[in-house]
Amino acid sequence: MDDMEQLYQEIILDHYKHPRNKTALRAEEVQADEENPMCGDQIQLAIEVDDDVVQRIRFDGKGCAISQASASIMTEQLQGKSVAEAKALIEQFVAMMRGERGIEPGDNEEWLSLSGVRKFPLRVKCATLSWRGMQKVLADR
Amino acid sequence: MADAPFDVAKIRQDFPILQQKIYDDKPLTYLDNAATSQKPQLVIDALVEYYSRYNANVHRALHYLGEQATSRYEGVREKVASFIGAASPESILFTRGTTESVNLVAYTWAQERIQEGDEIIATGMEHHSNLVPWQLCAERTGAKLKLIPVFADGTLDLFALRGMLSDRTRLVTVTHMSNVLGTVNDVAEIVRLARGMGAAVLVDAAQSVPHMPVNMKELDVDFLAFSGHKCCGPTGVGVLAVKPEQFEHMPPFMGGGEMISRVKDLQSTWADVPYKFEAGTPNIADVIALGVALDYLSGVGMEKIQAYEKQLTEYLIQQLQSIQGLRIFGYAKERGGAVSFALDKVHPHDLSQYVDQQGIAIRAGHLCAQPLMRRLGVTAVSRASVYFYNTTEEIDRLKESIVKAQQFFDHG
Repeated sequence: MDDMEQLYQEIILDHYKHPRNKTALRAEEVQADEENPMCGDQIQLAIEVDDDVVQRIRFDGKGCAISQASASIMTEQLQGKSVAEAKALIEQFVAMMRGERGIEPGDNEEWLSLSGVRKFPLRVKCATLSWRGMQKVLADR
Repeated sequence: MADAPFDVAKIRQDFPILQQKIYDDKPLTYLDNAATSQKPQLVIDALVEYYSRYNANVHRALHYLGEQATSRYEGVREKVASFIGAASPESILFTRGTTESVNLVAYTWAQERIQEGDEIIATGMEHHSNLVPWQLCAERTGAKLKLIPVFADGTLDLFALRGMLSDRTRLVTVTHMSNVLGTVNDVAEIVRLARGMGAAVLVDAAQSVPHMPVNMKELDVDFLAFSGHKCCGPTGVGVLAVKPEQFEHMPPFMGGGEMISRVKDLQSTWADVPYKFEAGTPNIADVIALGVALDYLSGVGMEKIQAYEKQLTEYLIQQLQSIQGLRIFGYAKERGGAVSFALDKVHPHDLSQYVDQQGIAIRAGHLCAQPLMRRLGVTAVSRASVYFYNTTEEIDRLKESIVKAQQFFDHG
């Protein structure tokens, strides 16, 4: 597998072309509006938490394949998790992307695909943008 | 000699960085020249020579090395003045780059000349370096900042400028060549209109001085700023050229050594220009190397560079236009070799990453022109920008790689 294929694995391209939970959001629904000033990638998040469980995440945004695919993957992975579980997963994901945590046996294939981004330090922010937005929203809960 | 053909193969040999292969076996294809240019060996050698043969502080050292360093450093003022047709060597101030040059005007001249209720006119296509200093200046002085609108083809609406100018307009500040659209603005006409209202004109020549003959006296502007690193010189050195009568309205910028005449306990008097604006030990090595870079460009010939780049830019636009789903931003007739574009289905960052793996360096992002991006209706673009050492083969390589990227990101 060459570097390009490692960076843009099938699973990432699939989420980019067919994003899950991506929809236009009304201004009053947006709880996090993240922008990467380096490149202009944008992610908006609308999150519903009920009973201390993340029931639903919807996102909208503009940006590269990495930023948009990572947001799509995040919505799938954090829906249905308790707030505490979601916070822990976000922390682990961000640590992995920053190279502070290695790949672990139980990591799912989406994480494995996104881990290819670590070889391209300038792109790590693209991958973590949506996760950091989510982290901010959950911080108050 | 004047009619000798432009020998790009020979020119490329002057640039050691262009000889290398990256990612194992890919020839480096450098098409990010609007960001910074590569350096000929002569310029690199000049830096080494300075530090290994005559490194000393300038102006006050009464010894052999000091005299050598001073005369070479001061010699560059003459070279710059003649390269850009400035009034005199004394009208050349050395700065860190275009950004500092613009800020110097905004913090000195503007503080004295611009008052509450006055107006500053910039354009909708400025690089942040010629916009943000004026936003800050407007805040400090209470002046109003207005932007000349940009037509869809990437040219300025100079009819609108006529309506915007008033007797409160103190300054019109405009880029000579857009780093996004490639547009070469009609500075002569802007100066004519501004003069009619008694306004001064600053031209951001960061993208023009490297690529075409520029003559400050002919343009009749009050301030002209450019950076050394975009015209084969080192980073960290730039120029502000000032029309001499404007010096009367320019208090000092930074205080310190070198810029003073006499320092008393509680107050001081200032050195003559240009030294009044060059506090502290200047960037001696890089200024000297900038002089070597300008000599090199003169040796190649700015007219020849401009003519060759015109052909190359036409070829680049032609090749890009032949790609389906690709949209170019900026169709000015008078233009330089910075060409921005977007693909229907590939984000600029993904494209830039993809072509990089083939050894091709292009730019992606907002190109330090967020207000213009909003006008274009995008958050980011891709940009290929040529210099006189680029070739049509390199442009072919770019085209091939863009088409491959479309296939890569668009299958399934």
